[in-house]
Amino acid sequence: MGKKSTGSKIAHFFIYVVLILLAVMSILPFWVMFMNATRSTPEINANALGLLPSKYLWYNKSVFDGKSFDAMTGFINSMIISAGATALAVYFSSMTAYSIVAYRWKLRRPFFTFIMAVLMIPSQIISIGFYQMMYSVGMNNNFLPLIIPSIASPAVVFYMKQYMEPALPLEIVEAARIDGAGEFFTFNRIVIPIMKPAIATQAIFAFVNKWNELFIPSVLLTDSKKYTMPMMVSLLKGDLYKVEYGSIYLGLSLTVLPLFIVYFLLSKYIIAGVALGSVKG
Amino acid sequence: MKKKKGVSYAKWGYIFALPFCIAYLIFMIYPIFNTFTIGFTNMTDQVQMQIAQDKMIGIEPTVQVEVLENPMENYQFVLSDPNFWSSLKNTCIIWGVNFVPQILLALALAVLFTSNRSKIRGKGAFKVLFYMPNIITAATIAMLFTKLFDYNKGPVNDILRMLGVIDENINFFSMKGASRAIVAFVQFWMWYGYTMIILISGILGISPELFEAADIDGANGWQKFFYVTLPNLKSIMLFTLVTSMIGGMTMFDIPFMIGGQGGIKGHIRTLSVYIFEMSFTGGKLYNRASAASMLVFIMIAIMAAVIFFMLRDKDEAARHKIEKAQTKAYKKALKEQKAKGGVQ
Repeated sequence: MGKKSTGSKIAHFFIYVVLILLAVMSILPFWVMFMNATRSTPEINANALGLLPSKYLWYNKSVFDGKSFDAMTGFINSMIISAGATALAVYFSSMTAYSIVAYRWKLRRPFFTFIMAVLMIPSQIISIGFYQMMYSVGMNNNFLPLIIPSIASPAVVFYMKQYMEPALPLEIVEAARIDGAGEFFTFNRIVIPIMKPAIATQAIFAFVNKWNELFIPSVLLTDSKKYTMPMMVSLLKGDLYKVEYGSIYLGLSLTVLPLFIVYFLLSKYIIAGVALGSVKG
Repeated sequence: MKKKKGVSYAKWGYIFALPFCIAYLIFMIYPIFNTFTIGFTNMTDQVQMQIAQDKMIGIEPTVQVEVLENPMENYQFVLSDPNFWSSLKNTCIIWGVNFVPQILLALALAVLFTSNRSKIRGKGAFKVLFYMPNIITAATIAMLFTKLFDYNKGPVNDILRMLGVIDENINFFSMKGASRAIVAFVQFWMWYGYTMIILISGILGISPELFEAADIDGANGWQKFFYVTLPNLKSIMLFTLVTSMIGGMTMFDIPFMIGGQGGIKGHIRTLSVYIFEMSFTGGKLYNRASAASMLVFIMIAIMAAVIFFMLRDKDEAARHKIEKAQTKAYKKALKEQKAKGGVQ
């Protein structure tokens, strides 16, 4: 008995060692990034593995003055695109899911089958056709082609439908009708509030996915004033910053700082959302 | 009053589904069709510029975007382009090297975190940390890793030198194997937490009675894993496999951002990078890139079909049959009622 417990103690110890190593592996790259953002190039030259902050944050920031990398512009652009796209995605996906759950129309089942069939088609495969279409109507370098298509988000519709089916008793809808409520009124005032938890979860994922998107924005946006945050990162590859190591780390830190804040505030919900099988690209 | 009860709300189903359909038609179906067509034409940046130029001067365009004499020319070009095949090979290698360790580690962690016997403390915190890289911008992560593995001032070289593993700095990105391994590692590092959470929810979904029965039969931990956990996770593992494959086929951000660090592009050029480079840089050969896109599209469609048949649940189909019978009966009753009313 005693032997076994020492054996399992050792096993337990090893498990913790592995878990802690993996945790360190998750944190360390970002830690080095944030710390090096405050260190000067000579300091990084001497020892690139910065674990403690230094005092060159303002200097590193000043390097960006008047250059093309502009975190604030990137932040605002990404915010507009992500917020707009997220709002459209969750509202219209709820609406589409409602049409499937609440009404008995002839093409209901084929329609849902179709949504499941196209669930996995990635948008970058059609990028050339999409670009040519937007170019011909002069919509390149415009945010709308990055926002409006979110109205049709099959993955979000699928999730909303799965959530709505058990959560929304159709008796409530019937009752609203008897009280003389219009269909849109019922949807906006009764269904949307019931869907709040699902909307919140999907909003987080839609927002983060849009924020991180690189391919389609890189295709459509060529004006550096319109660049999104991930596109700003590619500017850091330029020769202008080649010798300013601290500034590169600072630039990288700035592009992901909002995500870290969101993640640590909402990690509980995010992980619960992943567990519910939110379909991600 | 009676008449109101019979009001059909079916039209509202169409109305509520309409925005989705319109948006999907414009922003997905049409671009697919467009990409498909461009694949058979001579559309390149050069041709488009020529047309624009001619129009500016005010003469009839001397060239036109038209279907090629041999419509399959672009496809033939792509299929005989060694870069296409090497991109496909790179994509498969990088995906495979990332996926195998990813699913094994995720499975081990999922079993560990759901096991009653080993009480792991701080499960929640570990889950939060393991999942974290998944939510951070891939472009930034790629750039960060190019800096971490940098030849001159990279922390990885510093650590290796400190540990005495190497005497001189290694130029990781000049090596074929190392640069692929770094891309694969980043993919692995970003996605194992996600896979772990999916598998945890899969294991929690297995009926506890099965585990209890195994306990009563005196099964040990390994037996329970191989005879209860694993067989019941089959479909969720297949789902993970196929979604990861589709994600792998369109892998772009990380190889694209890591690439361009001199001479290494060829080793880590994935299919998406190939298409992007062909269509949006240099000569902008939209037609050939479209043909390549359609080839990738076909590969993804086949994988998506697998997912589709898995997600389609059989109960739903059975329920649909009953529903249909019920509406039929309801309509019949309604008709009879109407007929009765007519007599009265």
